[in-house]
Amino acid sequence: MTLHLNAVLAARNVQISLSVAPGETLAIMGPNGAGKSSVVQLLAGLLKPDSGTATLDGKTLFELSPGSAWLPPHLRGVGVLAQEPLLFPHFDVLDNVAFGPRSQGAGRRESRETARRWLAEVDAAGLSARMPSQLSGGQAQRVAIARALATDPALLLLDEPMAALDVNSTPFLRSLLKRVLAGRRAIIVTHSVLDALMLADRTIVMDGGHIVESGPTATLLAHPRSTFAASLAGLNVLPGTLSGSSLVMHDGVQVAGQPAVGPGAGRAGDGAGDGAAPVPEAAGGMDGMAAFPPSAVSVFLEPPVGSPRNCFRVHVTELQPQGGHIRVRAGDLAADISPAATAELALEPGSEVFFVVKAAEVVLYPA
Amino acid sequence: MRALASPRTSAKPDGGTRAGRGTRRRAWQYTGVPAWIYVVAALGALFILLPLTGMVAQVNWGQFWPLVTSESSVAALGLSLKTAAASTALCIVFGVPLALLLARAQFAGQRILRALILLPLVVPPVVGGLALLYTFGRSGLIGRTLELAGISIAFSTTAVVMAQTFVALPFLVLSLEGSLRTAGQKYEAVAATLGARPGTVLRRVTLPLVLPGLISGAVLSFARSLGEFGATLTFAGSLQGVTRTLPLEIYLQRETDPDAAVALSFLLIAVAVVVVAVTYRAPRSPLRTLLSGPVAERSDAA
Repeated sequence: MTLHLNAVLAARNVQISLSVAPGETLAIMGPNGAGKSSVVQLLAGLLKPDSGTATLDGKTLFELSPGSAWLPPHLRGVGVLAQEPLLFPHFDVLDNVAFGPRSQGAGRRESRETARRWLAEVDAAGLSARMPSQLSGGQAQRVAIARALATDPALLLLDEPMAALDVNSTPFLRSLLKRVLAGRRAIIVTHSVLDALMLADRTIVMDGGHIVESGPTATLLAHPRSTFAASLAGLNVLPGTLSGSSLVMHDGVQVAGQPAVGPGAGRAGDGAGDGAAPVPEAAGGMDGMAAFPPSAVSVFLEPPVGSPRNCFRVHVTELQPQGGHIRVRAGDLAADISPAATAELALEPGSEVFFVVKAAEVVLYPA
Repeated sequence: MRALASPRTSAKPDGGTRAGRGTRRRAWQYTGVPAWIYVVAALGALFILLPLTGMVAQVNWGQFWPLVTSESSVAALGLSLKTAAASTALCIVFGVPLALLLARAQFAGQRILRALILLPLVVPPVVGGLALLYTFGRSGLIGRTLELAGISIAFSTTAVVMAQTFVALPFLVLSLEGSLRTAGQKYEAVAATLGARPGTVLRRVTLPLVLPGLISGAVLSFARSLGEFGATLTFAGSLQGVTRTLPLEIYLQRETDPDAAVALSFLLIAVAVVVVAVTYRAPRSPLRTLLSGPVAERSDAA
């Protein structure tokens, strides 16, 4: 009794296979254009893949080449919450929420009763007589949540549900979602690490229409394997080949570090199973990653002499204020240094500098 | 949202009586319209307004009432209103599905279908009337068969309605197709994921959302039907009480009694103005939305 999706959609360069257990919430992250929204639309029945199958609790959503079964959206039992609330402007709040139950065959009185219950559930009972145009963005999205849940969908799809909200309404909505998603099968497309951590049991990272990474959210952030996950986790990640307590990058540069044997790596083994592999004791000659936080990076104008530390010669591409620091970006790498240090080094885009990291700060783990 | 709401409420205390969104003075903004444009535009407006004034000046007010209440005038006006209402209804019946197909469906020949539907806009009405005559007339393509079944269409009130529908249909289809495209399919997709069947989506979501476009399209169709002349004369003839609508009556009277023609013309303009005004003044009028442009329509959805 799970959701299985296996689909190819050439027009959007999407080729994906995933499954979600009952009661599980899956987060989909990835850069823009990665195909995240296409997955939502494929499951909702708003897009037709070229080939593939999807089943939800034994019910076939579609089965194309071979076969040609296609269940229209209104028969799927799949709810969608989009970035915009999309409340019907010609109904008041109560009738917006009652629309789903009513469309599924419930009577007017009964569906309004259901609507009232769900409005109370999202703390919006007081809004039921308002028209959508009289709601703030946060209120409208709360009503939209009630409307999506009022049909009791077997699968709820959330496509960046908080992306269009102002910062003030986001925390409230996030905890509301946490409450209503508990024990409910859902897929949430998001750009926020916080959403993934708080709302999802498992996260997949998509890029270029494919899943590039998958696993429990905490593991994924602790040991990112893709550049995107690394940037989400705020880590510098270098790929290469593991060799004892160092990693040989593809261009031959050696990175000294500490092989990961932490709790994060251990948990990956007994996680949901797809993607994360257990860490072998002696990982030699296999593909691996070296990760270190930007705060562990020191920036020098001259290479330090006689130091056992890792040193990378880079060109500064961008300087960004971040919190109390300046984030110095150089290609894929980033360093956090103080504004004073930035001024002292006279850094500007194009400067040649040396990023220096202690081996103790670098974590090595297999890819 | 908030930015929009605050100036409206703050306008109340100092704005005085009617501090609506429309009456509030807007801040000066750079427009980039050269001064001479105003002159040419004024000439254009005059070009519409002057002939109307000229005609109104010709109205023989002393004889106005007897002229417009003569038997033939009343019959023509009654027939015009009746047939225009009937053809507007037909335009809605056929125009809504056509607009839906053009705006939503994807099929081969869609562009050709659109071009065909718009054809009556560019074809002279007389030609349209001839086409109808050679199709539904006594010896026409379909008319021949109908004639055998005892149905005669040409030169009947039915023919008037058909001629009017023929020329007025594109107005409704164009207007509604535009509204459907502006409204987009997002709401329809949401409704479907909430379990609404396509029929329910159409009835409870699509049509209510495009109601302004539908109504303004219907008003345009009605106005076009009311003024129909060429196709009606060719296909339906000019039989008092049966096919002689107001425009035909006016044309006929022009030969014999110019005063009556002018009076009836004034009446026709008055009817048109009343129709437009009534639709415009209704609360939340769709025509107002149409006239104030697509931006106002958007603000409702935001």
